[in-house]
Amino acid sequence: MSLNATAVVTGAARGIGLEIARKLIEAGWTVAALDMLEDDLKASAAELGENYKPYTVNITDSIMLAEVAAAVGRDLPTVKGIVNNAGITRDALMMRMSEDQWNMVLDVNLTGSWKVTQAFMRSLIRAREGSIVSVSSVVGLLGAAGQVNYAASKAGLIGMSKSLNRELAGRGITVNVVAPGFIESEMTENLPEAVRSDYLSRIPAGRLGLPVEIAEAVTFLMSPSAKYITGIVLPIDGGLTT
Amino acid sequence: MSLENRIAEIIVSRLNVKPEEVTDIANLKDDLGADSLDMVDLMMDLEDTFNLKISDEEGNTLQTVGSVVAFLKTKGIEA
Repeated sequence: MSLNATAVVTGAARGIGLEIARKLIEAGWTVAALDMLEDDLKASAAELGENYKPYTVNITDSIMLAEVAAAVGRDLPTVKGIVNNAGITRDALMMRMSEDQWNMVLDVNLTGSWKVTQAFMRSLIRAREGSIVSVSSVVGLLGAAGQVNYAASKAGLIGMSKSLNRELAGRGITVNVVAPGFIESEMTENLPEAVRSDYLSRIPAGRLGLPVEIAEAVTFLMSPSAKYITGIVLPIDGGLTT
Repeated sequence: MSLENRIAEIIVSRLNVKPEEVTDIANLKDDLGADSLDMVDLMMDLEDTFNLKISDEEGNTLQTVGSVVAFLKTKGIEA
């Protein structure tokens, strides 16, 4: 079953982004997989097949992004979905955080998402349908020591999406945010055991989440079943923020 | 194709209106139903098609089909 529509997914080479790409392809989407990690993109393309279209790009580079947007517009079915998933961390306590650490995280997580959305949104507007989902974080809602930059970027995605929703909802375009809690991923697997068990003690579900559990929610928000769900922030966190 | 016809074609496809509705005096918003997003989309389309920049101030003065034609002519575009 093909939707004959393309979803642009950033950070799609591995981790949560790769799972999102996998679930969207299962749901019939063609996925334009954007990532900086060329080797991981190749490996994922080999795994997911012809509906996973890899594009090596740094989303902070507007010129490169415009080239990719032109190529996607030319080569793939109409873009009707955008998933802003790419994200990085550069943790440090505020007193020790460098301006570079602040800027890098904001540039990728927030400004990068803005750039990607702007580069591809005209296609959704013309189609008068589509979905934009940004992957925020519970850290954007709760804050976290050592992550002033990351939390600000992830909270920024919420304001961006809620405003964009007001611009686009009348066009049949949904704009939503998912806020994953602690998910089994590279970002969490290197945590010290004490931090990990502290996290676990705060999660009512008693376990970390799985990347596929984020991907399922994103795919639902982009499905026709979710046409009337827009402007929301959906925590997927085992009850952490409740 | 004349400039008038090229512009009319763009307006018909962007605003999803009938060709006979696109008269010189037709107001893009009031008569042809363009909302603010349509107007931005239309301006970007004109920019791409005719390879020029339209400032927000200039865009705001383009109320009717005729004013779009006149504006493009002042930019030296004839066809």
